[in-house]
Amino acid sequence: MLVAATLAVIAAMALLLARAIMGPTLYDRVLAVNSFGTKTVLLLGFLGFVTGRPDFLDIALLYAMINFVGTIAILKFFRYRSFGVPLVASKNSAQGEE
Amino acid sequence: MEAHFSPSVLIANIVLMAMLGVITIAIIRLRSLFAIVMLGGVYSLVSAAWFQAMDAVDVSFTEAAVGAGISTTLFLAAMLLTVRTAKPSKPIKKRWAPLAVVLATGAALVYASVDLPVFGSAEAPANAHVGKAYIEATPSDVGTPNIVTAVLASYRGFDTFGETVVVFAAGVAVILLIGFGERARAASDWRGKDEEQDENFSDDSHLILRVVSKFLIPLIAIFAFYVHFHGEYSPGGGFQAGVIFAVAVMLYALIFGLKAAMTAFPPVWARAGAAIGVAIYGMTGIICMINGGDFLDYDYIFGPPVEGAHHGHHNWPQITGIIGVEVGVVVAVACVMITAFYAFAGRVPEIRDEDW
Amino acid sequence: MADTSLFSPENLEAARVFVGSALALTGAVFSAAGSIGVLRFPDFYTRMHSASVTDTLGATLVLFGLMLIGGWSLVSFKLLCIWIFFMFTSPTASNAAANGAMKAGLEPFLGKWTGQKIKIEGQEALRAQEDRE
Repeated sequence: MLVAATLAVIAAMALLLARAIMGPTLYDRVLAVNSFGTKTVLLLGFLGFVTGRPDFLDIALLYAMINFVGTIAILKFFRYRSFGVPLVASKNSAQGEE
Repeated sequence: MEAHFSPSVLIANIVLMAMLGVITIAIIRLRSLFAIVMLGGVYSLVSAAWFQAMDAVDVSFTEAAVGAGISTTLFLAAMLLTVRTAKPSKPIKKRWAPLAVVLATGAALVYASVDLPVFGSAEAPANAHVGKAYIEATPSDVGTPNIVTAVLASYRGFDTFGETVVVFAAGVAVILLIGFGERARAASDWRGKDEEQDENFSDDSHLILRVVSKFLIPLIAIFAFYVHFHGEYSPGGGFQAGVIFAVAVMLYALIFGLKAAMTAFPPVWARAGAAIGVAIYGMTGIICMINGGDFLDYDYIFGPPVEGAHHGHHNWPQITGIIGVEVGVVVAVACVMITAFYAFAGRVPEIRDEDW
Repeated sequence: MADTSLFSPENLEAARVFVGSALALTGAVFSAAGSIGVLRFPDFYTRMHSASVTDTLGATLVLFGLMLIGGWSLVSFKLLCIWIFFMFTSPTASNAAANGAMKAGLEPFLGKWTGQKIKIEGQEALRAQEDRE
């Protein structure tokens, strides 16, 4: 059953890859790449169990963190054309901050 | 548990390799730089999964840390400085001579691959000579469960020193080419500082992103230290930990602004840290020399080794030396990455409309 | 002397692994179904719906299934950490993407999808902007 699940995740990755390449807009690509990262984490988990070496989940844990940073970087850069701008909360909620 | 090589893993290998090929062709054919950067991230995701399927967990870890996180961010930061109009693709000319050379090289490589040893073969040169010696000697010589760490930091400590110096030199080169990036700190025309002035962005709200990031950034930093100090027992080590720590700083800069990040982690620290890290590595070697050994000969780190002294499961001088050099590596790598990010991101406050 | 009851340790052990595998397989199937949705749905917002919903549910099922197989160990703790991370990052990333797309002027496709190529407002402009980069 784990093998079938592994293959299902790989199939899901292939489908998402097609969407990431086709686009059509940048946001479709971001969405597909982000989801692709999630599937990779699941695949890493499955591979660990299928090969009988589940001790190496650190890599999956790392991906769960790093994928998020990449997604945010692309979205921010595409909208603000800069890395230096702080992302502010809206004016209504700003009173609650700090 | 005993590792075995099942058919499903073979299928996974083949499919992952095919994906790598597809991604490469897509990267060549696409014109949008954003899409190319993203597919570059996907490429490293896939290759890390593939490395893990091949049991090369330390390589996989490095690919995961560097390929997906740092390189995406640094590529984007580099896009700040490039020409922002993609060149129209030229019509392909038919050039037969280069095609013939490429085909001949490819045929030679395919022909050579026939002679390669079978995957996982015990007679392969990598498994027969020096690799086997390391695997047999590590438990008694060093005593770390992760042999990769022992090879990297102890047996081949001098090579790793060279790598650390290369990383440091790369950081110095970035600074020499494009400056410290502190121009951004002085620039007062940050967008977002004065919300009312900028009507395009005045109704943007990033409350969710800010709150979640506040929670995530410390966890990423803690995970970096886990990877570092657990490096003798599990995949990972100084290089990976340094990169992960740099990612935490980058996320902080992305959400709260470069100015806030430069206040929290000043660029001066980053620059000094890069040099200090390399110095820690070198000093570990020099301490061994002072005590009468060779450079990076950790057996001498507490003084000359006692003849015939029996050490148990852990060989403490070796492990102390490994931890010493790994501390140097993590400081150097993290600070070089942060320096490069500051240099790129702080070079141009923002892209003006006419350049976009 | 052997415990032959239905709830003998051996049977419980086997049931634990079986239930874990079944959960993981269910989650993987959810993920695959979501990916089909990402490929087939007409516009960005429907694709995002498909991807983000199945991401969280599929990942939850898979990770808890693997936790059942892994038993009470460090492996399961790491899986739990991954799950907690997903629960924070995945919806946040989806929110950020949708937020960005909406603010950038990508209009959701409203109406009946007839199967032919549809025109979505803002898509052409965004695409041109991306290509310029």
